[in-house]
Amino acid sequence: MTSTTLSAPASPSTPERTSPNRGPAAARARRKRILHWIAVHSVAIAVALLFVLPFVFVFLTSVMSDSQAMSGDLWPDSWHWSNYKAVFETPGFLDWWRNSLMYAGLGTLFTVCSAIPVAYALAKFRFRGRRTAMLLVISTMMLPPQVIVIPMYLVWAQQFHLSGTLWPLIIPMAFGDAYSIFLLRQFLLTIPKEYIESAKVDGCGEFRTMVKIVVPMAKPGIAAIALFQFFYCWNDYFGPQIYAAQNPGAWTLSYGLESFKSAHAVNWNMTMAATLLVMAPVIIVFFFAQKAFVEGVTLTGVKG
Amino acid sequence: MALNLSNPARRRLRTLGFLSPWLVGFSVFFAYPLIATVYFSFMHYNQIKEPTFVGLRNWTYVFEQMPLFGPALRNTLWLVVIMVAVRVVFGLSLGLLITKIKTGAGFFRTAFYIPYLAPPVAATVAFVFLLNPGSGPVNEILGAVGISGPNWFNDPDTAKPSLVLLSLWGIGDLMVIFMAALLDVPKEQYEAAELDGAGAFAKFRYVTWPSITPIVMFAVVTGVVQTMQYYTQALVAGKVASGVNIGPGSVIQPGYPDHSTLTVPQLVYQMGFQNFNTGAACVLSLVLFAIAMAVTMLLMRKRSGLLSAED
Repeated sequence: MTSTTLSAPASPSTPERTSPNRGPAAARARRKRILHWIAVHSVAIAVALLFVLPFVFVFLTSVMSDSQAMSGDLWPDSWHWSNYKAVFETPGFLDWWRNSLMYAGLGTLFTVCSAIPVAYALAKFRFRGRRTAMLLVISTMMLPPQVIVIPMYLVWAQQFHLSGTLWPLIIPMAFGDAYSIFLLRQFLLTIPKEYIESAKVDGCGEFRTMVKIVVPMAKPGIAAIALFQFFYCWNDYFGPQIYAAQNPGAWTLSYGLESFKSAHAVNWNMTMAATLLVMAPVIIVFFFAQKAFVEGVTLTGVKG
Repeated sequence: MALNLSNPARRRLRTLGFLSPWLVGFSVFFAYPLIATVYFSFMHYNQIKEPTFVGLRNWTYVFEQMPLFGPALRNTLWLVVIMVAVRVVFGLSLGLLITKIKTGAGFFRTAFYIPYLAPPVAATVAFVFLLNPGSGPVNEILGAVGISGPNWFNDPDTAKPSLVLLSLWGIGDLMVIFMAALLDVPKEQYEAAELDGAGAFAKFRYVTWPSITPIVMFAVVTGVVQTMQYYTQALVAGKVASGVNIGPGSVIQPGYPDHSTLTVPQLVYQMGFQNFNTGAACVLSLVLFAIAMAVTMLLMRKRSGLLSAED
């Protein structure tokens, strides 16, 4: 069964009230319900406004003229769409896109390929040390990256001479990412044993069972870890700062944005245009893959 | 091909095969660097000359002489306590709100969730602009209704609270987790409580709360670990708000204003990659690790969602 935990919240139905009661008590209850509805929705609208307004102001500023962007005005006098063109023409900006796509794309591919067999073994194989292995996976999730970054940097820079590139960030992802393994394993636990057993009865080896039976059934879980990893890489600042800082040719969008702001110290309009361009891919992908996302978040939290 | 699956040696080999990516990753990218961090914490090493053993000198340096260690540790702990508490309370409130919404639930869920996805650097740069004391829209609006807004990221007293505000904008993940937990509370229990005449508060206290405590624990534990690593937002907010030109190579005092946004991870970076004091940086890393582990273990002694994951 692929998990359907999340279809419920989208349309909360209220199936009571099939037999209409009359009388003052029913009228009072009805009034109370309507007031409750109004109260809840007013609060929700107010909060939603607060959540959306930052995007609105960032956008409005991004199309202002240079001088207006510094004035504190809320609405643009005239719409300077050319700011976006200017951002794209900033030297290096297109390279940052390419680097971000490479880091996020390869990172995601490596993570998915390495997480599937590990998660499958942890979810479905019985072996000694299974519990310990799971505890170790969880403890790697808990480790702040700053704890291991210095020796790692020294190895990549001094033995492999790969500082100034994104490879020290991409290569480790081919060797399992704890968070993805954990999440996918939680998902695989929901796949009934019978499917796997019947595949074996049909003469499938463990590897073929994984590829032919488990992977197709685990598509939502795999989509979730792929998305999370893509966004992790896209948003990563610390990693590129460690390994790519000294080589602007290897900067990613997330890392480049802050230096972009320093370079355009006074141009808030350009900075806001660039900011929106860094956010845009994430938000566009979200609209296409909402379900996988929400499923992934819930899986780590609740089924964890 | 006749695979004899009952053969134990074969099975062990097969298990190892499936686990091999992680086994390699765990040893090379976790166990080795962790041990190396401990090793370097006892060494003097400037990343050019060979490391030399100095005993506990790095440790006493960090704890007794390093001027920025105190502020960085205090800021990190402040963020851990305040940010985690505020986020959990706000995330839970938003989760409760969203489960009560009957009309347009999809729209509201998306509106509350989307900021969580905004890349941290972009979100931080945007917030520094929005809360910019001189010309930012927020103070402009506050001014229009007669409130003179604070200096937000430019005042040591409000810089950290501004970071909390920024983190609340990205509360979407916690909201979804709490929402799912709240929807999992058995409906019959509410009905039973209603028959006993329980009001809204009593229902929350005696039905909702006991059933969601594991998720609250989960949120607190992961929140603590995440906040111990708090880096990007604090660093970028400080740099952008200070308004100085930061070309490659220029070194600014981190934690603008007045070290109020300096966190331990930032200090690790400064020591390891700007001052090339590898030993001190490794000591700081281990302090971070020790606190994260201690807090996690303390919190996990109570039942938490994390370990009930076992089967």
